[in-house]
Amino acid sequence: MTPIALIPRESLPYLVLPLLVLVALLGMSFSTWLTLTVAGLAMGCMLFLAAIGLTLIFGLMDVLNFAHGGFVTLGAFIVVAVLGTGSLAGLGIAAALGVVALAIALAAGAGAGVGLVFERLLIRRVAGAPLRQILITVGGGIILQQLLIIVFGAEPLPLPRPLALRGSVIIAGAPLERYRLMVCALGLVIYAATHLALNRTRLGLLIRAAVENREMVEALGFRASTLFRLVFAAGTALAAVGGVIFALYAGMVTADLGGEIIILVFIVVIIGGLGSVNGCFLASLLLGLANNYVGFLAPKLALGTDIALMLIVLLWRPRGLLPMDGA
Amino acid sequence: MRLLSEDRPGHWLLAALLVALLLVLAFAPFLLPGTKALAVAARILIFIVLAASYDLLLGYTGIVSFAQTTFFGLGAYGVAIALSGGGGWLALILGAAAGIAVSVGLALAMALLSLRVRAIFFSMITLALARFAQVLASEWRGLTGGEDGLTFSVPRLIAPGFHPFASPILGLRISGTVIAYYLIFAVTLVSFLVLLRIVNSPFGRVLQAIRENPFRAEALGFRTIFHRALASALAAGFAALAGAMLAMQLRYTNPDTTLSFSLMIDILLMVVIGGMGTLYGAAIGATVMVLAQYYLQPGLSLLAAAARGIPLAPALFDPERWLLWLGLIFVLVVTFFPAGIVGSLRARANAAAHPPIA
Repeated sequence: MTPIALIPRESLPYLVLPLLVLVALLGMSFSTWLTLTVAGLAMGCMLFLAAIGLTLIFGLMDVLNFAHGGFVTLGAFIVVAVLGTGSLAGLGIAAALGVVALAIALAAGAGAGVGLVFERLLIRRVAGAPLRQILITVGGGIILQQLLIIVFGAEPLPLPRPLALRGSVIIAGAPLERYRLMVCALGLVIYAATHLALNRTRLGLLIRAAVENREMVEALGFRASTLFRLVFAAGTALAAVGGVIFALYAGMVTADLGGEIIILVFIVVIIGGLGSVNGCFLASLLLGLANNYVGFLAPKLALGTDIALMLIVLLWRPRGLLPMDGA
Repeated sequence: MRLLSEDRPGHWLLAALLVALLLVLAFAPFLLPGTKALAVAARILIFIVLAASYDLLLGYTGIVSFAQTTFFGLGAYGVAIALSGGGGWLALILGAAAGIAVSVGLALAMALLSLRVRAIFFSMITLALARFAQVLASEWRGLTGGEDGLTFSVPRLIAPGFHPFASPILGLRISGTVIAYYLIFAVTLVSFLVLLRIVNSPFGRVLQAIRENPFRAEALGFRTIFHRALASALAAGFAALAGAMLAMQLRYTNPDTTLSFSLMIDILLMVVIGGMGTLYGAAIGATVMVLAQYYLQPGLSLLAAAARGIPLAPALFDPERWLLWLGLIFVLVVTFFPAGIVGSLRARANAAAHPPIA
C-alpha cells in the first residue's frame, strides 16, 4: 500500500499546495523562501480577487463572462480617480487604509452598477445560447475597454501607493512588504465572506437552491432571475475590487490591465475547476506561489510556468483540481 | 456545381455578389491601378482563407477558439524565419510547410487535451495560448526579431523589382508583385474549394450535427472528440497557410500583423458578419472587413475633425477608437442578426426551410 492510498482521493488536490511550498524550501535559504512565499501568497490573493467573480458567475449562472477583464480595468481606473496621482502620498497608516477602503467601496459600487447594465443589455439576450454568449461578452468587453479609454485616456496613469503602505517589515530575517501582507489579509477576508455568504446565509441558500432547481425556487415565490442578477453584480463588483488591488500593486494603470490579468484569471479557474470557490482559492495560491518560486530560481522559465501548470493539471484532472460538485 | 460541392449560394443576390467578387479579384491587377489597391485585393484573398478556416471551427463545429491568430502567425513566422536566412523557393515552401505542420500538431494536442471536457474550456485555453504565443514572439528576439519582427526578401520571380516582359500586357506592366498576387489567388481559390468540399462531405455533416447537439451526435455513434480535434487541426492548417501567404506578400512579419488580439476580433467579425456556418459568408465578411479597414477607418478621422465642437464626439470618432465601433457592430450583429449576411439572404430565399443558426 502506497502512502498516497491512505489519503482520500478527494483531498489529494489540497496536498499540492503544501508540497509545492516545502519543495521550494529545498532550493533556497529560509529568509528568501519566506519572502517569496509571502509574495506568492499575496499574488495568489490578488488573483483570487480578480477570479472569484468570474467563477461565481459561471458556477451560479452558467455564463462565462469574457468581459470580466474590463471590470478589473474599471476598478483600477476608479482607484486612480480616488487617489489622484500622488497628492495623498503623505497620509498616515489609518488614513491611507481608509482611502483604500473608500476606493474599494466605490469600485465595488461602480462594478456592480456597470455589471447590472451589462447584464440587462447583453447577457439576458443570449441566455441559453453558449456560443453567442461567448461572442457577445467578448464584444461587450471590447466596448467597455474602449469606453474606459475615452473617459480616462489611453496613456498609462501613474498611481503612487500611499507612503504608509510602502516599505516592508522584517520578520525572521526576511523582508515582507507591508502592502503584500495587507493583500493577503484582504484575500482571506473575501474568501471567508464568499464562503459564509453562500453557505451560511438565507440568500446564499436561495442562490444555491436556484442553481439546483430553478423552477422549484420560483414556485416557492422567489424570483430566480433577480437572484442571478444579484450574483452577476456581485461578481463584477469583485472584479473591480481586484482591479483596485492590482492597480495599487503595479503602481501604474493602463486600459490593458484587465486584458493581461484575465489570461491569468482564466488559467486560475481552469486549474481550480470552473465554478468552484475553493478551487479558485487553491488555484490562485498555487499559481501565485509557483510564479514567485520559478521567477527566483529560473527567471527565464517564468513566462511558461502558468501554461505548464495548467497543462499538468489538465492532464491529471481534466475538470480542474476541485470541480464544482466538490465546492 | 460539382466544383462547388453542390453547395449553391441559395439566393440570386448572393450568387451575383460572389461572381462579382470572383471576377474583380481575378482581374484585380488589370482593373485596379496602383499598388495600394493590389495590396488590398491580396489582403482580401488571404483573409478569405483565414476567415473560412475559422468558420470551419466556429460556424460548422460550434467551437469558439481565440488561437486562430496563433496558427496564422505560425505560418507567417515559418516563412519569415526560413526566408530571412536567404534562400529561394525551397526555403519558402519548407517554411510554409513547417508552419503548417507545427500548427496542425499544436491544434491536435490542444484539442485532445481540452475538448475532452467542455468546449468552454477550449475557448479559455486558446485565449491563454494566443497570449502566450504573442509574448513569446515579442520576447524571443533571436528567432523572431521581437517587436520589430523580421524583414526578408522573397524569391526573384515574385519580388517587386522583377519584370519578365519588356512591354505591357493589356496595359499593365507585369511585375513580381502581380505574379505573387496570382499565386495567392490560385492558392486561395483552391483552398476555398477544398474547404467547401470538406464542409459538404459526410465529415462536415457530422461537424454540424455536433454543433447542433453534441450528445445526440455521440449517441448516434460518432466519436465527437475525434471529429472536433480533426476540425481544429484542419482549421489550424489553413490558417497557417494564410499566414504563410501574408508573409510572402508583405515581405515582413511582426507580432502586430499576425498575432494581435484585435486581429482575432477582425476574424471573428468577418465570420459573424458574413454568416456563421456558411463559407460564402466568410468570403463576403472578409471582403467587407478588409475594405472597411482600408477605406472607412480613415473616414473616422474626417468625422472626428467635423465633430470638433461637440463634447466627447471627437474622442468617439478618433480612428484610434476603431475597436469601439467594431465591438458595437459585433454585439449588434450577434444580438439582432445572428445568421449574418448569407444566413439572412438564404433564410429569405427559402423561408422556414432553414431556421437561422443559434
